[in-house]
Order: sequence, then structure tokens, then C-alpha cells
Amino acid sequence: MNIKKILPQLLTLLVVILIFGFFSYNAQVNMENRGITFGYGFLSQESSFDVQFSLIEFDGSHSYFRAYLVGLLNTILVSVIGIIFATIIGVVVGIARLSNNYLIERTAAVYVEFFRNIPLLLQIFFWYFAALRALPLPQDTEPMFGVFFLTIKGFFVPAFVWNNLDIFIYSIIAAIISIIFIRIYARKKQENEGIQTPVLSISIGLLIILPLLSFLFGGVDASVKVPVIKQLSQSGFTYEGGIKLPPELISLALALSLYTATFIAECVRAGVQGVSKGQKEAAASIGLTPNQVLKLVVMPQALRIIIPPTTNQYLNLTKNSSLAAAIAYPDLVLVFAGTALMQTGRAIEIVSITMLTYLSLSISISIFMNWYNKKIAIKEK
Amino acid sequence: MNKLNFLQPDKNNLSTYLYTGVFFVALSIFIVFVNSFFNKDLISFLPGIISFFLPLILGFIGLHLIRIDYSGMKFLDKVNKNINTNNFNAFLSLLIIFVIIKSLPPLLSWFIIDANISGDSKDVCTGSGACWTYIKIWFNRFMYGMYPNAEQWRINLSFIALAFLGTIGFFATEKFKKYLTLYYVVVYPVIAFFFIFFFISGGPIFFDFSYGIIAAVISIIIGFFIPPKFKMYYFIIVPITLYILLKYVFFYEELIELGKLEALEWVETGAWGGLSLTFIVSFFCLIFCFPIGLFLSLGRRSDFPIIKYFSIGMIEFWRGVPLITVLFMSSVMFPMFLPEDMFIDKLVRVIIAISLFEAAYVAEVIRGGLQALPRGQYDAAKSLGMGYWKMHILVILPQALKLVIPGIANTFLALVKDTPLIFVVGLLEIVGMLNLAKTNPEWLGFAMEGYVFASVLFFIICYAMSKYSYNLEQKYKTER
Repeated sequence: MNIKKILPQLLTLLVVILIFGFFSYNAQVNMENRGITFGYGFLSQESSFDVQFSLIEFDGSHSYFRAYLVGLLNTILVSVIGIIFATIIGVVVGIARLSNNYLIERTAAVYVEFFRNIPLLLQIFFWYFAALRALPLPQDTEPMFGVFFLTIKGFFVPAFVWNNLDIFIYSIIAAIISIIFIRIYARKKQENEGIQTPVLSISIGLLIILPLLSFLFGGVDASVKVPVIKQLSQSGFTYEGGIKLPPELISLALALSLYTATFIAECVRAGVQGVSKGQKEAAASIGLTPNQVLKLVVMPQALRIIIPPTTNQYLNLTKNSSLAAAIAYPDLVLVFAGTALMQTGRAIEIVSITMLTYLSLSISISIFMNWYNKKIAIKEK
Repeated sequence: MNKLNFLQPDKNNLSTYLYTGVFFVALSIFIVFVNSFFNKDLISFLPGIISFFLPLILGFIGLHLIRIDYSGMKFLDKVNKNINTNNFNAFLSLLIIFVIIKSLPPLLSWFIIDANISGDSKDVCTGSGACWTYIKIWFNRFMYGMYPNAEQWRINLSFIALAFLGTIGFFATEKFKKYLTLYYVVVYPVIAFFFIFFFISGGPIFFDFSYGIIAAVISIIIGFFIPPKFKMYYFIIVPITLYILLKYVFFYEELIELGKLEALEWVETGAWGGLSLTFIVSFFCLIFCFPIGLFLSLGRRSDFPIIKYFSIGMIEFWRGVPLITVLFMSSVMFPMFLPEDMFIDKLVRVIIAISLFEAAYVAEVIRGGLQALPRGQYDAAKSLGMGYWKMHILVILPQALKLVIPGIANTFLALVKDTPLIFVVGLLEIVGMLNLAKTNPEWLGFAMEGYVFASVLFFIICYAMSKYSYNLEQKYKTER
């Protein structure tokens, strides 16, 4: 080892240690001055604040840790909704971008250019403060299909009331497991005997029949509870008996999915265009039908290009959902890094937990992506 | 005479099919047009559901009739190829045309016909359209935030000066072209920093600016007599030394008094805002995040394990957290890490935070370019006896950066679009100002106009940037 190799590394190490040492020394001094001790014990203390919208039961008597869970669940909720809609819109727009119909291609292009060049925060504000504020009051709302009520106070949808919900869920899990086994069996059969099994229709059938059986014999029962208008005061109305999606959630999910969909659309377009023309021609020349070409030749290769950047976009969407804090949707950042921080004043602990949560999420996804990329990489001889 | 088969139009009866088809299409468009622009339903005598779908059906039949391959008419072939290849496409095309016709009148009336722009109070906005008066009255605030009206010429002057200095590169003669990189990487950012922090901010320290100019002028004049071999070191070291000497040794006592007397009015950064703040924040973050990202990406590919893992850690950390938590950190957590008496301005903290955050993304983009270069380039450079820095500056980076222009442009676009987030630390750039304006009791209810205005502004800025990056990409594209 020569000096030229060791010196720069030692210098870097020294600088990093110095900076960290400086920071932690100051933090210690500052905390001593303010009379705070570092520690995560506050998580079990009573939180004494309320959250507008939560998936699990929460009020002031619960602990700060439960407040963290509430925020995390709300973040996951809006991310999942956003991811589902962004994927649907993104795939449709991406395919529309490839259309040979000039009007459709242009419309899709205008959508992509427009929504991707406007800051996400501005879009969230637009939906929340401008577009959704133009909705009617609860008492003036016309129902959509008789059961949905889109009002200024939120979107009211009918709720399902289940009996023996667990059996229903077990039936779906059973269906999924049997589909996996059928797929393995079908692949083996094709490798050994060259006979194809109609996996898709069998799996769809299983997914319908098994839950249906649980309804007929398992004692599963579901009824729909339609929201009903209720007068609170002279001019205050609301709906009761259904599920209420608050306007914060709607505008956030709308903005996130419309914004992210533009990026997913571009990924889809790049993926399909990335499959070389020769592949399609070769597939057609060995006698595959156009549908088979799409299913067996183009899609597997296109997906290889599409999936990694799309996963990245999902991750971006999840991180962007933290903008919820701007319109008071109670997500992780607002509930924990906002309200809880204001109440306890434990900046270092709370910000570090929040950051670690997002960090572990994105690192686990990137580890998964690395594994996936290795798995699908073309194995050349 | 050939037989007419309306299910399968062919070329033999071209004119018959064409006239009938065009008639049907024109009729359907006419019905929708009259309905949407003049509010008259021409087919109201029909039962509800039929009258709703009739234009679609008519247009569909018409498009089917004019779908004739190789008709010999250029325009018809073009139409068929572009919007009318099969029934499904024809249906979608019609749908899009009708939606456009249907949505034009309400949009036009909201934007232009029923909108108000005259007057200077809320009372003039009586129509159902947009109230552009609101934008007109608040325009100054949207552009400059809470910056005092009388001092706004300072912002304008700085931006004009910086834009002028920024375009100098296009007019440089051959002789000066080799200094352009140095100019844009070192000199221009320094000038910009002086302009923005000492001119826009003002206060007694304004005279620091004049020290800077004196230092720059003196060092440039001496610079002509320095042998080219040392010029690089000279231009980095001498101006800074001169500046420090000027400030702390030569003129300290005398000029500090003079500066206090003659200074521009001091405007604290909390009062900065509006679109100009968006520009200031994005400008500085652009300048800082690129070199940091470059070094991180080189570090990640370094052979030295400590530097490598340090770079990986930095990159993955900043990429793994949302920007809003980074800004939270810079506003509530960072002051805990500093000594009690040390105070860093809010704006500076925000710029550092965003720069570090975006630098991680820039680093990953540049790493992509470095990885895409064939190994032969490295080997060839090494075999010529080049060292690490020489190899990277002369051979590797020019090629790698060329490859990643689109990626870097996307990162910069993301940066510009992320600037509104600085509202979490209480700085109000244009989106923040909009939110402030819409809660003003005298101007309630104009949120829509404000957001539309800001959206158009951002769209123009970002669209122009992406088009520019596309041009840049085309310009530097080399055959491989």
C-alpha cells in the first residue's frame, strides 16, 4: 500500500468524523441547555391529540407510537390508492402514445406534457382548494348511481357489512395458492410434453368459484349500507352509514396518480418501443398469431424494460405522498413529524424515526429491484 | 356502373361513398357544434338516449364510408391513415373531436369571454368567468413576495445582469472559448452569489460586493501575464486571497463606516418571495448540486473503500427520504446541531438541503453515463499515461456527461418543481404566495385563477427547459 492510496481515504474519514463529532457535541450541549434527555421513551406516553382520519382507532388516550402507526397506515393507504390508479392511467396513456391514430397520440402527449411539467404541490393545491371546493354541499348533492355522494365534505360510498369475513378471505387465499400450484404444474407439463394448459381461464374461474362457494356454504354474508343524509344543525348536513373518504385523501390520491401516471406512461412507451422490430417479425414468421406475438414475445421483453423504472415511480409516489402535510391529510409526516413533534419537542428522535421509515421502505424496494433485475436479466452464453 | 356495397366501400364508386361519408361526418359535427356553441339541440325531437348517441352513430357511419384504401386522393388517404384505420380508431377519433368541441365553449367563456381584467377591486368580477383582476392586483406580490415595492428594481437588475452574463458564452470568440468552462463553473456562480446575497439582500455588507469586483478586476488584469500552465491555480487562489485581503486588511476600518452610510436598504430573506425566490432557489441549487453529484458519482466508482462506501451511504440516504422530511430536518433538527450563538439563515439552510438532496439524484444519473462507457476508453486513457484526474477530465467525463444530458435535465426539472416545498420552513415562493393571497379576506374565492396562473407559468418554464435539453442532446449527439 502506498501513501497515495491511504491519504485521501484517511482525510475523508477525518472530515466525516469531525463533522459528526461537531454536530453531536453541539446537540448534546443544546439538549442539556434545554433540559431534554435523548431517548425514545416518549413513544409510550399518552399523546393527547386527535387525528381527523385514521384507519385504526385513535384518540388522545393512545400512545405516540400508535400515532406513528396511524400516520404510517394513512401514508400506505394513499400510496396504494395512488399506485393503483397511476398504473391504470399510465398504462392506458402509454399505449395511447403508441397508437397510430394521430388524435389519440396527440391527446395522450398533451396530457403527459401538461401534467408532468406542473409541480405536484401545485396540483394537490389545485384539486383541494379549487376543484373540490366547487362541489355541492351535502344537502344539494345528486347521488351518482343512487349510492355514491360526491360532496364538498368528502366522497361518501356505501359500506359492506360482512358476516364471517375471515372465511371469505381464506377462500381468496386458497384460490391464489392453488393458482400458483397450477402455474407450476402447467409449466412442468409444457416442458415435458409440450402441451399448453389454459392457465388464465382456470385461474379466473378459481378466483370466482372459490369465493362464491364460501358465500353459498361457508355462511359468508354481505349487505350494503348506503349512506343516508342526516341533519346536524340548521344548515349543517352530513351523510351517515357509509364510508367517508375525506376531500384531503381524494385530492391527494388524484394529484399523485395523475402526476405519476405521466411518468409511468413514458416508461410503458419506452418499454414497448424498446422491443426491436425484428423480434415481432421473427415471431410472426414462425407462425404465431398477433395475440401470441404480443403475449409471448413482445410483452415479456417489454416488461423487462418497463418494470424497473416503474417500481422507481411507485417509490417516488410513496415519497411524494408526504406532501400530504400541505393540505392537512394526516399522513406520517403531518401526524408524527408535525403534531407529535410540536407537542414533545423531540426534533432529533422524531425526524430520525420518520426518515428511517422512508429509508427502510426505499432500501428494501431497491434491494428487491436488484434481485429482480438479476433474475430477469437475459442470460447470454 | 358498379354495384354499391355500403358495408365494404371500394374505389370504384369513390365519389358516391366520399360525398355520402363526408355528409354524414359533417352533419354529426354540425349537430354537436350547434349544440355546444349555440346551445340549441337540433335533434331534440328524438327520444333521449338516441338523440345523445346520434352524432356518434352518424359520424361513425360517415367515417366507415370514407375508409377507402389507395383512393388516390392525397388528403383522404392521409385522413384514413391517421385517424381512421379501423372502426375502433374511428370511434375514438370521433369521441375526441366531440369532447374538444363540447369543452371549448365553457373553457373559452371562463378564460376570455366572461372573464374580467379591468378595474382594481373585487367588485368588477361579476361575471361567471375568471377574475384576472385578482392576478393583476396581486401580480407584484406573486413575482416578488413581500419584498418592498420601492426596492424591487434590485431584483430586476440582478436578474437582467445575470441573464446577460449567462449568455456571454454564446458570443465568446475562439480565443476565449477555452476559458468558458472556468467562467461558468467558477466565475459566474461567484458573481451570481455576490449579486443575490449582497445586492438583493442589501444592508451594510453591500460594500463586500465592491471588494469582490475590485478583486476580480485586479486578478483578471494580472491574469494576462501569468503563464498558461499555472492559470488554473491562479484563478482559483488569487481572487479569493485578494478579496480576503481587501476586506479584512486594507480597507476594513474606513469602508465599513462608508458602507453603513451608503448602503442599500437591508431586506431580510423572510421577505423574499414569489417567482423571484423560485428562481433564486433553483438557480443556486442547480449550481451547487451538479459538482456535488459529480464527485459523489466518481466516489461511488472509486477504488478506495472508505470513499466508496461514504458515497454510497450519502447517495442512498438522500435518495431514500422525501424532500419534505429533509426540509423539516433543516428547519427543526439542524439548529440543534449548531452551537447556540451560530445562526444560519433559513434560505441558506434550505438551499443546502435541496442541493444535497438533488445531488444524490444527479450522482446516480452521472453514474449511469460512466457505466455506459466501454472499458476500452479507460484502458486507452491509462495507456497514454494519464492519471486519474486527467483521464476523467479529458476523456471520460466529456463522453459520459454527453450521454446523460436528458437524465440531468430531468433531475433539474424535478428540482425546479420541488422548490414550492420550501413553504414548510415558511418561505413563500409563488405557490406559497398564492395560498397567502387566497386567504386574504378581501379576495376570497379566487383560488382557481391563482392556481391556473401559476400552473401556466410553471408549465412554460419547465416545458422550455425540457425543449432546451432536447436541443442540447441533439447538438452534442455524436455517432457511435
